[in-house]
Amino acid sequence: MKRISSFRRQRIAGPILVVAALFTIATAFGVASALPNAQLTITSGTSTLVSEGKAIFLRSCSSCHGLNAEGGGIAPSLIGVGSAAVDFQVGTGRMPLADMSQQAMQKKPLYNPQETAALAAYISSLAPGPASVINESLSYERDGNAAQGGTLFRTNCAMCHNFAGQGGALTNGKYAPSLMGVDPKYVYEAMVTGPQSMPKFTNATISTQEKLDIIKWLQAANHEQNLGGASLGRVGPVTEGLLGWVLGLGLLIGAAAWLAMKAK
Amino acid sequence: MKTSQKVAGAAANYVDERTGAAKWLKKNLTKVFPDHWSFMLGEICLYSFIILLLTGTFLTFWFDPSQREVVYHGSYLPLSGIHMSAAYDSTLHLSFDVRGGLLMRQIHHWAALIFMSAIVAHLFRVFFTGAYRKPREFNWLIGVGLLTFGIVEGFLGYSLPDDLLSGTGIRIAEAILQAIPVVGSYLAFFAFGGPFPGTAFIPRIFIVHVLLLPGLFLALITIHLMLVWYQKHTQYPGPGRTEKNVVGYPLMPVYMAKAGGFFFVVFGVTAFLGAVASINPIWLYGPYTPGQISAGSQPDWYMGWLDGLVRAAPPLETHAFGHTISWNILIPGLIIPGILFTGMALYPFIESWISGDKREHHLLDRPRNAPNRTALGVTAITFILISLLNGGNDIIATHFHLTINGIMWFTRIGLFTIPPIAFVITKRICLSLQRADRDLVLHGRETGRLVMMPNGEMLEVHEPISDAQKWTLTQHQTPGALPAPLPASATVGIKGKIRARLNRANAVQIPAPTLSDLKELGEAHH
Repeated sequence: MKRISSFRRQRIAGPILVVAALFTIATAFGVASALPNAQLTITSGTSTLVSEGKAIFLRSCSSCHGLNAEGGGIAPSLIGVGSAAVDFQVGTGRMPLADMSQQAMQKKPLYNPQETAALAAYISSLAPGPASVINESLSYERDGNAAQGGTLFRTNCAMCHNFAGQGGALTNGKYAPSLMGVDPKYVYEAMVTGPQSMPKFTNATISTQEKLDIIKWLQAANHEQNLGGASLGRVGPVTEGLLGWVLGLGLLIGAAAWLAMKAK
Repeated sequence: MKTSQKVAGAAANYVDERTGAAKWLKKNLTKVFPDHWSFMLGEICLYSFIILLLTGTFLTFWFDPSQREVVYHGSYLPLSGIHMSAAYDSTLHLSFDVRGGLLMRQIHHWAALIFMSAIVAHLFRVFFTGAYRKPREFNWLIGVGLLTFGIVEGFLGYSLPDDLLSGTGIRIAEAILQAIPVVGSYLAFFAFGGPFPGTAFIPRIFIVHVLLLPGLFLALITIHLMLVWYQKHTQYPGPGRTEKNVVGYPLMPVYMAKAGGFFFVVFGVTAFLGAVASINPIWLYGPYTPGQISAGSQPDWYMGWLDGLVRAAPPLETHAFGHTISWNILIPGLIIPGILFTGMALYPFIESWISGDKREHHLLDRPRNAPNRTALGVTAITFILISLLNGGNDIIATHFHLTINGIMWFTRIGLFTIPPIAFVITKRICLSLQRADRDLVLHGRETGRLVMMPNGEMLEVHEPISDAQKWTLTQHQTPGALPAPLPASATVGIKGKIRARLNRANAVQIPAPTLSDLKELGEAHH
């Protein structure tokens, strides 16, 4: 203590403090100024992804969606649709379209995950929009409520996708696809982007929590064992009636004919 | 005599002295029934009805027919904590927490589907063979009644669990009630005890489903069977079979064993289906809420054709004097079924009016020998099948990659064009089969054996068919033998002219070979 107080009274103390202060400020400035530098590096990484995405876009999307994704007579503008829409459409193989039929069909994806991510980066660089998600970031297992999700599903989704998510018919050959075996992230992205005939469910209509509930219920329905025996497709009484006539009455008529032959 | 025989004899004697049953039993146990597989279709109806009574009784032990709101806390987790009616809650409890409950529910529902399809198959057999002709018109009417009540009973049954699908069905039933002009809305209010869905409907239909209609079924089935017993069963034509006898086996022991065994076959098939195939998985549908609906909501098949007709109807409505008439529901939901069922009930009387045939018939027609009737039946079936297909148009659209609008337009046009085409084709096929029969009788069976004559001519050897076969193929009466043509007095006026025209159409037949035909041919051959 005594040594510090004696040092404080020496003449050299003032200049040393000034140098120390300057050094501290310079270091702080250096660190602070280094941060934008680091961000620049990341931006340059994204811009590589964006330019890769743009190259893919120009090669196989622009003929319909326009050179700047502004849309055309046969395809919508992609400005502002966000990376979620790209991840859903390209990741499930719906885009690029196989043909100009009523609706884009799910098929084997044309682009691998990296290329899809590049396309998504390019589209989201044009204007902000709903962001894509990964399965692991959806905490439906922990936070979702399956029973609540079932009620929400029956209220908002079942009128097109059927009570058990088996899909259903829409007008003029369009259809709501089956949701069985669909990745949770695609279910989520479809809800936030509203692909094709599907309405967009913003957080004001169905909150993020409720989306997790729906996904949890869908996963439960997907993995539910067939409790009453063969499920007959979970499409209701049509297949039941068919089986009743063909197998039920068929077996009984067979037995009746057999009994009549026995009597002879 | 053995001791056991002595004991049995004493016991039988004891009963007989007090009831006089021996004489009655002796007469009736030896009653003869003709044998054919198609005569067992009606038995399938009877046995599945018994299965329905047994399994249905089991279900009532746990089912709570109430629309009181409860919260589910049973073992099916995806519905845990959801608000629902006590009816739905108790059906879930019955399915998952009662031993054998789900199996019983499934056997009950499969037996109901088989009950209805067996009724329809039995109806086809009776219609196409002309078994409804005098003296069996009353039994035909009872049959039509059983079919109608069966449709209602089935609908009420699957409406009871108060799941999303059944609630949707009840909503449509309410709409059909409301479509009745002027009184519709009052009828709907009366049925539901207020606005839809209310709390009165499920308890009401429960008592209709488990008491009123089953009682009616029991009564009608009893009369149906008593009439069969009293009037004796019809038989297919063949050597030795006439309008005055019945050729077959006695009730005891042949039919006792056969019918008893067949009951267990029917029970086995329904139990098998109940064990291996899911039916009406109400836990997947969820509880009924008027705000929810599922894609592909369908009724059971026996209502499906009605649904298909309603789906095909274009949106037509008239507003007049403060009332709305919904033609799009009134016509397909009430008028067309009304015409179909009234026409079906009156058909025996209409046919006898057209042909002027008032005689008793105990020998069945082979369908080809009544071309008009067969063609009319196929026409009606075609109409119903097209409607039924449209009832499942959404399932067909998704599973066969078709457009639902295309199926609907196919139905709208097909309902009017395909049945008449089916009529013409069926009538032609019947007449062709008659020609084939005639050829078979006159020229014998084609053996496929070719013979070369000394002059180089190639001939196929024909083998004469047996006399029994000849009898079967020629026993039917050709129109000349019928009381028709109608007397001139019966064909006056518009009604008479229609009757005469229909009578002529009805009488189109290929004449069956006569004895003189055969003789002539025999002389020509030799």
